[in-house]
Amino acid sequence: MSVVTLQLGQCGNQVGQELYDVICSDAQDAQRSTTHTTVSCERFFHQNKHGDLVARAVLIDMEPKVIKQSMKKAADSGRWRYGDDSHFSQKQGSGNNWANGFCVHGPRHIELVEELVRREVERCDRLAGFMTMMSVAGGTGSGVGTYVTQSLRDVYSKSFILNHLTWPYGTGEVIVQNYNSVLTLAHLYQLSDAILVHENDTVHRICSQLLNIKHISFSDVNRVIAHQLGSVLQPALTADSHGVYSRNPLGELVSSLACHPEYKLLSVCTIPQMPSSSIAYSTFSWPGQLKHLRQMLISNSKMEDGIDWQMRPPSASERTKSLTGASFNTSLANLLILRGKDVYSAEAGGFEDPALYTSWLSPETAFTRWNSPVPFNKYEKSATLVSNSQALLKPLDNMVRKAWNMFASRAYIHQYIRFGISEEDFLDSFTSVEQVISSYTQLCN
Amino acid sequence: MTQSVIVQVGQCGNQIGCRFWDLALREHAHVNKKGVYDEALSSFFRNVDSRISDGGACGVGERIQHLKARAVLVDMEEGVVNEILQGPLREVFDSTQLLTDVSGSGNNWAVGHMTYGSAYREQIVDKLRKAAEHCDCLQCFFLIHSMGGGTGSGLGTKVLKLLEEEFPDVCRIVTSVYPSAEDDVITSPYNSVLAMKELTEHADCVIPVENQSLVDIVNKIKYMSDGGKPGSVIKRDSAIISGRGGLSGAEKPFDAMNNIVANLLLNITSSARFEGSLNMDLNEIAMNLVPFPRLHYLVPSLTPIYTLADVNVPSRRLDQMFSDAFSKNHQLIRADPKHSLYLACALMVRGNVQVSDLRRNIERLRPSLPFVSWNQEGWKTGLCSVPPVGHSHSLLALANNTCLKSTFVELSERFTKLYRKKAHLHHYLHIDGMEQSCFSEAVTSLSSLIEEYDHLDATKGKIVLDATRLSIAT
Repeated sequence: MSVVTLQLGQCGNQVGQELYDVICSDAQDAQRSTTHTTVSCERFFHQNKHGDLVARAVLIDMEPKVIKQSMKKAADSGRWRYGDDSHFSQKQGSGNNWANGFCVHGPRHIELVEELVRREVERCDRLAGFMTMMSVAGGTGSGVGTYVTQSLRDVYSKSFILNHLTWPYGTGEVIVQNYNSVLTLAHLYQLSDAILVHENDTVHRICSQLLNIKHISFSDVNRVIAHQLGSVLQPALTADSHGVYSRNPLGELVSSLACHPEYKLLSVCTIPQMPSSSIAYSTFSWPGQLKHLRQMLISNSKMEDGIDWQMRPPSASERTKSLTGASFNTSLANLLILRGKDVYSAEAGGFEDPALYTSWLSPETAFTRWNSPVPFNKYEKSATLVSNSQALLKPLDNMVRKAWNMFASRAYIHQYIRFGISEEDFLDSFTSVEQVISSYTQLCN
Repeated sequence: MTQSVIVQVGQCGNQIGCRFWDLALREHAHVNKKGVYDEALSSFFRNVDSRISDGGACGVGERIQHLKARAVLVDMEEGVVNEILQGPLREVFDSTQLLTDVSGSGNNWAVGHMTYGSAYREQIVDKLRKAAEHCDCLQCFFLIHSMGGGTGSGLGTKVLKLLEEEFPDVCRIVTSVYPSAEDDVITSPYNSVLAMKELTEHADCVIPVENQSLVDIVNKIKYMSDGGKPGSVIKRDSAIISGRGGLSGAEKPFDAMNNIVANLLLNITSSARFEGSLNMDLNEIAMNLVPFPRLHYLVPSLTPIYTLADVNVPSRRLDQMFSDAFSKNHQLIRADPKHSLYLACALMVRGNVQVSDLRRNIERLRPSLPFVSWNQEGWKTGLCSVPPVGHSHSLLALANNTCLKSTFVELSERFTKLYRKKAHLHHYLHIDGMEQSCFSEAVTSLSSLIEEYDHLDATKGKIVLDATRLSIAT
């Protein structure tokens, strides 16, 4: 079954291109099992009449430069390309203004976008669902992205929609990024099946501390995001797939993790992450990786460095609130994806400990495991944890706090009102996101 | 890709504009080796094949035939515009883009705004419309003028009003040259304050520039290149004041200063024209830097102002560029932002700079810069991969900072000195359409602007608690 990706705005288009690159090179790696390659290619690419791999993607942006660059980079790789007609751009961007994206550009261009999506969907034998890729800080990814998600929900009401969001650096890439983020999350929560988040700050730290990159560029950041996303989306054997690669990756992801409408935020951790030059000299062991990953989950450490080994899950009698300081990260559900040699020998019992989870879900329901004997992206053994937990609570709370402070002084509001949203709309969005924060905070009760 | 139209009004506006077109051609010649009319060129130039009758506009992707600037030149004296038409830039303009008269405005805002404003209204609108029609997607009007005189100040602000009336959806970014205290035009305070009211009401963004700051920068470069430090040689073409490589040969007085302002305009538009890993379009500038509609005055600073001849650029040099952007020596207006309150700040970087360099420097400089309580991390950043000619990288910082309050207060005081004695007032009042109320309204507008800055300043240094959050019933 195939996944159709919508790349929106500069971030979405840049990250999307890196994702397809990772998937394609991983699928075509010489040691691949042919079933794995076939399933992976079918899931993400179709073949045109020349036999080229063409990504099942629609590229959308309000100004043309980034799409042009992404399409060129893809074609230059020689291994895959974007469809020549699978893109939509205008001449002028959304000016970092969510209202401009959602109220003006979205409605104006939705028919053409829907047409492009329809064409991609028709090329699929069976549709597994949609993944949208965008950032929440700007105007197009956030505003147009939200509007397009709304349209997907209307037109394809039975399909799964996974929204991949990139959250900006805390110290600002765009001054109004917190407004744009709050508006996006509030609206997406009603429309999306699951929201998978990457934070630029975290990925930046992975680049500097684990990958030892001295001058980190956005390409480096995007490649890490692509690696992590790829490790989630590449074919895997699930409990329901009965010995073959799962035909319903998005559906299974959503049903194992986002079983409750109030809890849709997912975070990702992948280990190991190391400079490619070090891979040949490293040994990989499942027990070691799983131990680290479990502790990362518990101590809410997003990368394999500076893990707090003192943190322990609380006993049944004590439960702490997580907004205050470093405390225990309660999960609603976890999905562990193991890829590589001897995968079936890996023991993941540590993740079934009831102490990790909220009390109203049994660990059997809360924990899911997927396996693939095929190594991913050159790592002999790698483990990915997709978590629906309190991991994103603090960054989300910070985002809302800053946005609310700005809103209290009504700064920049006139810029949004010009394009058609009101102070009421802002208040509604704040309320929705506060509700999400409250729900996640309650997880430890 | 979007287009922008430059509207240059008055002697100062046209001289700066002239330097802008020269440097723009130089920059594009440097980047565009194949002679193909590309998207980047089309943002400021039309490609015209004069063999085809009726204009003969050529599309993007074809070879360059004849480049015509997307500009409208207005002056009530002929001297400057005539010089342009006889100089090497004459091919870049055609007569339909020009509007001139003979006698000038006599340093009188009222003459420029009221008299010429009404007499030439039709013609101005017509020329603007023509320039707009040549554009596929017009994003921005750049207005260049000075505040102290008559034409740039008076007619320039009339043009601004017309731009808002006729093209309300197109962004208006104004570069205004403010008179220094030592200005030799006696009535410059009147002209400036009358013009300020129009700028506050009709512009989306104003970038004020002061002659004295430009003079200081020019002198610093001259000192360096005259062997200020032994062994340090300034690289050819790299000084921000240098027009070498452009069309014009010998440099005239004021050219050095005007080149700085022209470089400012080139840098603001660089991310809209060229590619980069984090693009910053023109409409994003107003969106991010203007939190309240009237507070749209931005302090510009530009680095580097020259590059030394040794080409190795260690990280330290790069970090120095960021520090310089926040030093007073690189500001184009005299003000003290570090001791006032930052409302917002934009950093537009060009060249081989990565996001980690940007983040590192923001983190380094942030503690020493006072930001308003509701915008503690208020940075807007842009990375454009194409550096300016003669440099490997450059940085333009635009800050919305309350320090401009002191500039405006000074202006207001100079105005009051004259107005109290009614000096020269009759020259203005006997102009048709001009009344005493114009003056009092202008002063009121300026005072309330100053008051708005005052309110924000009052919060400086105070501990402001987070606003009480919405509480959700559980």
